[in-house]
Amino acid sequence: MTAKTFGQRTLRLEDPDLLRGKARFVDDIHIDGMLHAAFVRSPHAHAKIVSIDKTAALALPGVRAVLTCEDIRRYATSERLMVALPDRTYTQQRHRVVLASDETVYVGEAIAMVVADTPYLAEDAVFAVDISFDVLPAISDCRVALSPGAERVHSDATNNLVAEFTSSYGDVNAAFAGASHVFRESYWQHRGCAHALECRGCLATFDPIDDRLTLWSSTQTPLVAARLLAETLGREEASIRVVSPDVGGGFGPKLVFYPEEAGVAIATLILNRPVKWIEDRREHFVATTQERDQYWEAEIALDNEGKILGVRGSLLHDHGAYTARGLTVPQGAAASLTLAYVVPTYRMDVKAVLTNKVPVTPVRGAGQPQGIFVMERLLDLAARELKIDRAEIRRRNLVPPEAMPFKKGFVTRGGIPIVLDSGDYPACQAEALETAGWASFSERKRAARAEGRYIGLGLANYVEGTGRGPFEQASVRIAPSGLIHVATGAAAMGQSTKTMLAQIVADQLGGVIDRVVVTTGDSAKIAVGFGGFNSRQAVMAGSSAHVAAVKVRQKVLQIAGHLLETDVGDLDIDGENVVVKGADMKISMCEIAKAMTVSPGFTLPGNLPPGIEALENVVIDAMTYANGSAVAEVEVDVETAAVKVTRIVFVHDAGRLINPTLVEGQVTGAIAHGIGNALYEWMGYSDDAQPLTTNFADYLLITSTEMPAIELRHRESPTPLNPLGIKGVGEAGVMPIPAAIASAVEDALSPLRLRITQVPIRPNELAALLDEAGARR
Amino acid sequence: MKPPPFQYHTPETIEQVVSLLTSLENNRLLAGGQSLMPMLNMRYVMPDHIIDLNRVAGLSSITLAGSELVIGAMTRQRDIEFSREIESRCPVITEAIKYVGHRQTRNRGTIGGSLCHLDPSAELVTLCALHDATVSAVGPNGIRDIAFADFPVGYMTTALQPDECLTHIRIPLWPQSHGYGFVEFARRHGDFAIVSAAALLELDPTSTIKRVSIALGGVGYAPLRVREIETGLVGKKASSELWPEAAQACSKIQALEDVHASSSYRRRLAVAMARRALQAAGERALANSSRH
Amino acid sequence: MDQRRITVVVNGQQFAETVNVRTTLADFLRHQLRLTGTHLGCEHGVCGACTVLLDGRSVRSCLMLAVQADKHEIATVEGLAGSDGALHPLQQAFADHHGLQCGFCTPGMLTTLVEFLRDNPDPSELDVRIAISGNLCRCTGYQSIVTATLDAAKRMRAERTA
Repeated sequence: MTAKTFGQRTLRLEDPDLLRGKARFVDDIHIDGMLHAAFVRSPHAHAKIVSIDKTAALALPGVRAVLTCEDIRRYATSERLMVALPDRTYTQQRHRVVLASDETVYVGEAIAMVVADTPYLAEDAVFAVDISFDVLPAISDCRVALSPGAERVHSDATNNLVAEFTSSYGDVNAAFAGASHVFRESYWQHRGCAHALECRGCLATFDPIDDRLTLWSSTQTPLVAARLLAETLGREEASIRVVSPDVGGGFGPKLVFYPEEAGVAIATLILNRPVKWIEDRREHFVATTQERDQYWEAEIALDNEGKILGVRGSLLHDHGAYTARGLTVPQGAAASLTLAYVVPTYRMDVKAVLTNKVPVTPVRGAGQPQGIFVMERLLDLAARELKIDRAEIRRRNLVPPEAMPFKKGFVTRGGIPIVLDSGDYPACQAEALETAGWASFSERKRAARAEGRYIGLGLANYVEGTGRGPFEQASVRIAPSGLIHVATGAAAMGQSTKTMLAQIVADQLGGVIDRVVVTTGDSAKIAVGFGGFNSRQAVMAGSSAHVAAVKVRQKVLQIAGHLLETDVGDLDIDGENVVVKGADMKISMCEIAKAMTVSPGFTLPGNLPPGIEALENVVIDAMTYANGSAVAEVEVDVETAAVKVTRIVFVHDAGRLINPTLVEGQVTGAIAHGIGNALYEWMGYSDDAQPLTTNFADYLLITSTEMPAIELRHRESPTPLNPLGIKGVGEAGVMPIPAAIASAVEDALSPLRLRITQVPIRPNELAALLDEAGARR
Repeated sequence: MKPPPFQYHTPETIEQVVSLLTSLENNRLLAGGQSLMPMLNMRYVMPDHIIDLNRVAGLSSITLAGSELVIGAMTRQRDIEFSREIESRCPVITEAIKYVGHRQTRNRGTIGGSLCHLDPSAELVTLCALHDATVSAVGPNGIRDIAFADFPVGYMTTALQPDECLTHIRIPLWPQSHGYGFVEFARRHGDFAIVSAAALLELDPTSTIKRVSIALGGVGYAPLRVREIETGLVGKKASSELWPEAAQACSKIQALEDVHASSSYRRRLAVAMARRALQAAGERALANSSRH
Repeated sequence: MDQRRITVVVNGQQFAETVNVRTTLADFLRHQLRLTGTHLGCEHGVCGACTVLLDGRSVRSCLMLAVQADKHEIATVEGLAGSDGALHPLQQAFADHHGLQCGFCTPGMLTTLVEFLRDNPDPSELDVRIAISGNLCRCTGYQSIVTATLDAAKRMRAERTA
């Protein structure tokens, strides 16, 4: 069967409503009688909560309730949100509370919840809640957190270590002992916030007739939220419905289940009115999870030909004040480091450390950009010291295509072996270098220098794990109208989930995506699911939808075959009809659906089993590994120390592409985020853990004028791990960019022999390096 | 991030404005709103009264009056941007205004609002300092003219009394042949400048520098006129070799420190921006004089 | 007195409403007139998601009070399509060139670009980038928005000469 919609650059089903301003984000939902919540948040990074005086707040007009931990306690089975991914390496459990009651451990932690008639009145009342605190010492720097005698992030803890583990394989010490060359470097990587354009928010309502609580939430994981909410409230899962309406971006932090979601649900039960909470941007800086600092010590051992013998080191990771998700970020960082290369021995000792700051959970990339940065910086260092071209040293070490499937020596958090399934990494790098003009760049560089300009080229490769399993349920059904209904626990946040699934399903069932109605992110419409994160929905939901569609196609053809008295092999589905190939006979899907709706006492056509639907949970435990190579070109203004990225060449391989246009959009958007991480984005905190950058003038997201020209190329190494041969691509763009830009900046300033060992590298910091280098000469 | 409660007033004459300023406690004037509204939304200010200037007649105008450019305080930045008069007689303003925020903010933002808000890196503030402008304010005791050098008295604090309202800005014009330059360093297009430099240069017929004005923005709570450069250049023959050395004087200035930039980085930028502004002004002045 | 009566014309339709004086124009449009196409992304005038046209000029509706819109005309994204439902060339171009992903920044982009193309019917790529430099997008990386805008400009110029 030839592909009809799979692989096509179809237009999106999502667009008409979004373009007309008719979409429905959570704050667009209006329910008559709804009340508005606002949260009183801790102004201190660490303090004992001595007392909470609600009197003044309750006296304000329109205020319906001021709720504290005491008030909501009896509505929840547990004061803490037990949502963390399981892991044996935790040395202490630190689950978030819904509302803090005796101690608060980060600026922004929710302490009380005001519910009022309007958001304006709720905010007025927030300022009127009088809380008295005993301020305690706060830990801001994760290095300080582990120093002997350090203050404790949580008063009842004996130390600030929250988890410790080692990612390793092979005898790395032996490798280093026998190595001709060992190079060592320290890195400081700071990622920042996700900052989806839409902040978080939720709206809860309770229907006493159905005994069901519905929560609309701007979340990436509605089905998980439904389960967690049911657990927290001590209710049957079926009595909770969580729906993601239109979601204005997620990028990671919206996959977390939050205290506000539980709080708003409880408020609706207490007040018997719908309750809505919409986060504002300033709040988002301190209430929504983020990534922050990692401090790395790393060494690479090589032989005389520049072949890697081993990599080892340590990582200190800022975990924030609580475990809001798990150890994904440090685990991902440690696991991703060696993926693209043949690294025979490896050891990374990781410590995740508590600080009195917002909890850290994955932001697009989930730790992998950091691991990749370290590997790529080490290779550049080795290249410089061994006097080997940066591209050549990589070529010598990239996992070659003939080695696929290539088993890495370790496993994922779930104990699943890490095996690179497909991809031609050397060819990918070669294509990127060719496209970027790597070989002839030194000429251009010389010419620029003659004009007093400093330009440079940098290279970085990445391999990322995508398609996190174990499954994502999808159902496909022919409705009585003849339309094709698809339901899945997958959640859309802008990555065109509906169009993607419609293309996969339509490919089997008539080739017209407008005939496919996709419901995502509704726990009432599908029983089991995980949601959108880790570049998984095309792989997981797509695979389930594909298998279900194939089954439904079979069924449709069987029924049609019976009704048309034709062999199934002579039939095809075209648009809304099943057609007989080469003849002018057809029957519509609507008629087929009707034929299967028999009256009581009558037999089904052809005695076929009832229903034209299929529900699938395609299980794929192994992750599928996508890869790419990026070349960044920069110009450095040595007077101002400003770095301008003038060009990015990005060649990537995500297996077969469902819709190349959508893939390009994803990659370009992620590249923009990567540029932000390389040069602009910094979530600043003071030494006493007070957030310093809490608005968009201080925390910098790049705009259209900072974006360089992007040249994107796709390669396709289909994966054998799923029936469609596809890999995830949502995070790809961000992976190699900070490394490629750091490499390019060093190249531009090569006479100075600088080393860029920190990102973001802002003009302020680069100027200091330039001064130092100038002083050195 | 919703504004706190306040009472709202819509005067229609400047006299009504003054009367409200005198009689209402804890009030704020609302001009373009591009600075005040964010502060209200963040509740950094909690006024009991907002006096909206947008319906007051006669505060928006651009006039060339002899040797001065007179701009009404409520003149939208957008109108300044597209003014032919300003482009022909005071082109440094036309060049600089493109750096002020974005189209959407210039459509509402006013020159008076920018001056009274007095952000250290506001371009219009720097330009007024550059020109030794005079601002006119009206209060219960009548009109008061304030030399721009006396206008900033502290961090985001002007010399205006609580019962005074800015009405006009008078900018002395330089001869048509003058050279000008405005440069700034910002992380992104439209951001507040981390450091900016504006320069005006007047040459005599032998290309000798007669007069120089150079102002730095973003380095202190008020723009800095770099007098050392101004006096040092007078009498010298304009040429591209002059500017780098002259700009070095900026390496010794006092400069602010914040999340974006250290004081030493700001000094580095000041030298670079001053050099570039002087270069642009010099090139234009020489080109103009060769035309006359 | 913390309420006022205002009359506004929004997308060609006249409204007479009582508003709280501190209600922002954005909240008035969204929650009082139920025109939820205009979005709030930051409420401090940086992200541009709330951009609407006031008497034809792009403004940040989070930085205006609803009372200030009295006797003015507002155009929001909901008014861009024709009365027959046909998409504005910009909207169509955005669809054709994948100029949106989550769609949250899109209404602000569209209103900003409507004013821009009216004043600059034949812009360069750099002109377009500068025009939208006051509108943040976290999804697209801006490239497809720029491509869509240049294509829309071309179509609109052709329509004018047709």
